[in-house]
Amino acid sequence: MSDRPIISIHGLRKTYRAGEVEVHALRGVDLDVQAGEFVSIVGPSGSGKSTLFNIVGGLTPPTAGSIHLAGHDLLGLTDVQRTELRKTTVGFVFQKYNLLPTLTARDNIMIARHIADKNGPLDPKFEEILQLLGLGKRMDHKPRALSGGEQQRVAIARAIVNHPAILLADEPTGNLDTENSVAVLGLLRDLNQRLGQTILMITHNPEAAAYGHRIVRMRDGRIEAED
Amino acid sequence: MINKLVVENLKHRPVRTLLSIVAISIQVTMVLTLVGLGAGMVNEQARRAKGVGADIIIRAPSNSVITFSVSMPAKLIPAVIEKEPHVTAAAGVLLHGTDMFSYVTGLDLTQFNKLNGGFKFERGGPFQNPGDVMVDSYYASEHKLHVGDKVPILNRPWRLSGIYETGMLARLVVPLDTLQDLTANTGKISVIYVKLDDPARTREVIASLKQKLKDYQIRSMEEYASLYSVGSVPMLKEFIWVVIALGVLVGFLVVFLSMYTAVLERTREIGVLKALGASPQYILNILLRETVLLAIAGSILGILMAYVTRFTINQVIKGALIQAIVYDWWPITAGIALVGSMLGAIYPGLKAARQDAIEALAYE
Ligand SMILES: Nc1ncnc2c1ncn2[C@@H]1O[C@H](COP(=O)(O)OP(=O)(O)O)[C@@H](O)[C@H]1O
Ligand SMILES: [Mg+2]
Repeated sequence: MSDRPIISIHGLRKTYRAGEVEVHALRGVDLDVQAGEFVSIVGPSGSGKSTLFNIVGGLTPPTAGSIHLAGHDLLGLTDVQRTELRKTTVGFVFQKYNLLPTLTARDNIMIARHIADKNGPLDPKFEEILQLLGLGKRMDHKPRALSGGEQQRVAIARAIVNHPAILLADEPTGNLDTENSVAVLGLLRDLNQRLGQTILMITHNPEAAAYGHRIVRMRDGRIEAED
Repeated sequence: MINKLVVENLKHRPVRTLLSIVAISIQVTMVLTLVGLGAGMVNEQARRAKGVGADIIIRAPSNSVITFSVSMPAKLIPAVIEKEPHVTAAAGVLLHGTDMFSYVTGLDLTQFNKLNGGFKFERGGPFQNPGDVMVDSYYASEHKLHVGDKVPILNRPWRLSGIYETGMLARLVVPLDTLQDLTANTGKISVIYVKLDDPARTREVIASLKQKLKDYQIRSMEEYASLYSVGSVPMLKEFIWVVIALGVLVGFLVVFLSMYTAVLERTREIGVLKALGASPQYILNILLRETVLLAIAGSILGILMAYVTRFTINQVIKGALIQAIVYDWWPITAGIALVGSMLGAIYPGLKAARQDAIEALAYE
């Protein structure tokens, strides 16, 4: 692991304004993540975990504080720059798989490459990842013909097909039974160990959290403790 | 890749896609049928005008190409035209409208026959007396007429003396004198056809006649036939504009509704695409491509349907209305379909492109 963290967050704040009401979703978060780390984030509902992800992933701008991701300063980014960041630097995995229902599993992965302006053949390293998915011929099925666990594995492949610096997984096993959860978590660990993929994973499940190198606990918009 | 997504999206909602295509096609068919009927009418008139066998046509001042309301004195023929060198024959005819699409032609057979050797009869023969009428074979089969039948025209019965081969001047011919008296046009004619000893002298004779008949419309038969166009049919242009406007409106409404519901349904998917790094232009591009595809499919269907309306019209009203296939209007109607559809896609498209990614992802 290198010394320079791939994610470096200091005093990060996020305030949502809904009319007159202000919601302080993040109240000063400090967090460093090294390249190649697999970090689990746990905490009660409403503690700001998803908000932290949305900021790291460039879906929404922070309100204050400093945040650097793979050399990018996320504080003053324009919409266009944040779109570029999502395209090149981060990959998202959601609780609800979120595959495009009209495309096959394979095309769900290919569209991510198309969005990133990559249209050539898949690199051999990624072909290896597709083997890890264990889907075989089912890659040519549409999402509704796949189980939740299979869909989530496709979603993970889609998230890393453009080799993002960081993979953000927001409760990736939240909708899955134990068997499928184990398959998905195993895939994440494989990606981390074999390819050195940096992963941030939000989870409610202590067993899932244990897959990470370390566990970060959040409460009321702050990081409470690390172990 | 993006095209695959576009096609799959359209296939994903087959009923709405089909309805949009059909709605767009109706507009295309309507314009093509309307223009096709106008062109068919005009081509047929040009063909029949050429069938007369004259070299020059003379019409009164200020008539449009296919209207004949203003008439001129019949004595122009002996007084001016027959005195002109190289003129071998001249015949005046009077045209009188019977309804919106048809008219009856009055002519003097001895004069007219000199132009082209006379009508070729399939049944019967020329007029025997002033109350006789001759019709072409189209008109006869359309109205199921036989020689000797009584034909009601201008509120009186005429006896059918003969049925001639179509393509000659008119559908319905009566003696000139009778028509002149009946329509209070004694001594008047609408058109004069002139035949020359040598067609190569046409321009020379026209120039000379123009000196003598100021303001009259004097043209070679070739030039006259080429003047026939859809634009010369009265009211048709206005009517086409109305149909085009309706077509754009229908395309707009249908695509607007279809795309708007599609965008609402796909809010989450749009959020996913944005999370993957798709720009607003990328999203807009997807929706516009879907729209273009709808417009193209609608145009193709509309063109095919125009063949169906042509077949139907030709079966139902044999001969009276001929619908031409107007190839040069294919791109025009397709363009109209595209414009209407694109206008309909703008608002839903921008709504989708501007969608906030986080809200879209939270959308149930
Ligand atoms: N778009 C938003 N607008 C307003 N408030 C929001 C928005 N997103 C989240 N919040 C609020 O911010 C707080 C943190 O939410 P979130 O980051 O989703 O927490 P978690 O993922 O840990 O459950 C909650 O109080 C939530 O209601
Ligand atoms: Mg959450």
